[in-house]
Amino acid sequence: MFHQHDNRHLPRVVHLAVAILATAAFFTAARAEEVTVKIDNFTFTPETLTVKPGTTVKWTNVDDIPHTVTSATRGTFKSQALDTDDTFTFTFKEPGTYEYFCALHPHMTATITVEGKVGEVAPDAGAKMNPGAHSSPHSGTH
Amino acid sequence: MSERDQHDGVNRRKVLECMTWAGTGVLWTLSGGVPRSLGLVDQALAAEPQGLTFLQISDSHIGFDKPANPNAIGTLEESINKIKTLPVKPAFMIHTGDITHLSKEKEFDDAQRIISQAGLDTHYVPGEHDIIDPEVKIYKERYGKDAKGAGWYSFDANGVHFVGLVNVANLKAGGQGSLGADQLKWLADDLAGKSASTPVVVFAHIPLWVVYKEWGWGTEDAAQALDLMKKFGSITVLNGHIHQVMQKVEGNVTFHTARSTAFPQPAPGTAPSPGPMKVADDKLRSVLGIAEVTMRQGQDRLATIVDTALQG
Repeated sequence: MFHQHDNRHLPRVVHLAVAILATAAFFTAARAEEVTVKIDNFTFTPETLTVKPGTTVKWTNVDDIPHTVTSATRGTFKSQALDTDDTFTFTFKEPGTYEYFCALHPHMTATITVEGKVGEVAPDAGAKMNPGAHSSPHSGTH
Repeated sequence: MSERDQHDGVNRRKVLECMTWAGTGVLWTLSGGVPRSLGLVDQALAAEPQGLTFLQISDSHIGFDKPANPNAIGTLEESINKIKTLPVKPAFMIHTGDITHLSKEKEFDDAQRIISQAGLDTHYVPGEHDIIDPEVKIYKERYGKDAKGAGWYSFDANGVHFVGLVNVANLKAGGQGSLGADQLKWLADDLAGKSASTPVVVFAHIPLWVVYKEWGWGTEDAAQALDLMKKFGSITVLNGHIHQVMQKVEGNVTFHTARSTAFPQPAPGTAPSPGPMKVADDKLRSVLGIAEVTMRQGQDRLATIVDTALQG
């Protein structure tokens, strides 16, 4: 019962925070595309993906086993081990073919092709996004 | 084998004693390169205090808490308790990797606390789950201080040469398990001085033969390692990783994989992926377990391996 009472005082603060986050998310989303890849049943889905330069790809592991997202040929991106529901993002700026795999289960392979001119999307897309890789392990029950 | 058959009468009682703990244990003995499932007598002989008997446990995955087994700590404890009640105390234990699920300090701590209760020296090799801490250093700090490279080493016990290999590091896209050039060179040097009559036991996490390539259940350069061993008359290869018992014999090489103590995985190709397999709660312990390996010098140069489930 005390929890319900407490909650009545929270919304204004929460709403403000949510509004700020939503605004930030809106501007980010407006400037750069985000595409998702699911890691499920020891498979990257989709296994092949074509995106424009500046696109952020977000991988989510939904398996009960950890996986990684590791660049195979270019050494350009490498996630930590992603436990269940963990995510990893990387923004692809340069055109090219990016093969990647799971460093724990290397039979899991996939490819991202970045096609188009570098300037095809808003020039500040990369700058506003985190230009590098970012893992966000959600705290699990471990 | 005929020699053993003569022991029939002597060992009947021992057989029965043995069966009380053996559960669904499967016994294979290997002679002349042909595996043969044997009767109870030989199972009893495996418990005789002769030669060298050691244990293998594998894939304890401490930290795993998903539906296939929410309590991997509990089933490791049960496995260790089973080991403590074996009629013949094993000389030592090997752990063929995936000690932890996510290479966390606490997971290693929990595993160590439980496994040490067996009161046996334990020799480890890492699984891929043991080297995924951000700096890839915890496994080596704890278990690989005296080992080479990513954690490979050898030791001798009762005239048997043991080699612990690492085939889970620096894996290449599209490939399977891999030993790598440095480790193969070390292996060649390590084996160079050994006489051909020395029994050799090789243990590593991922199978050193191709169980199922589509799931990466194999080691791409294992053939080179086995080539280095071909002069030896008795080679026993012990692996984990696939969470089920598999056995194959090729000439004088016995390949064997042990069950996990944490969760089962599907038989090759029988499921969309090799991930953890959920079985009925009352069936779980019948697909988890340990393996007991006996090397009997002078009688049988090949190993006898008994797989014991936690529950029949």
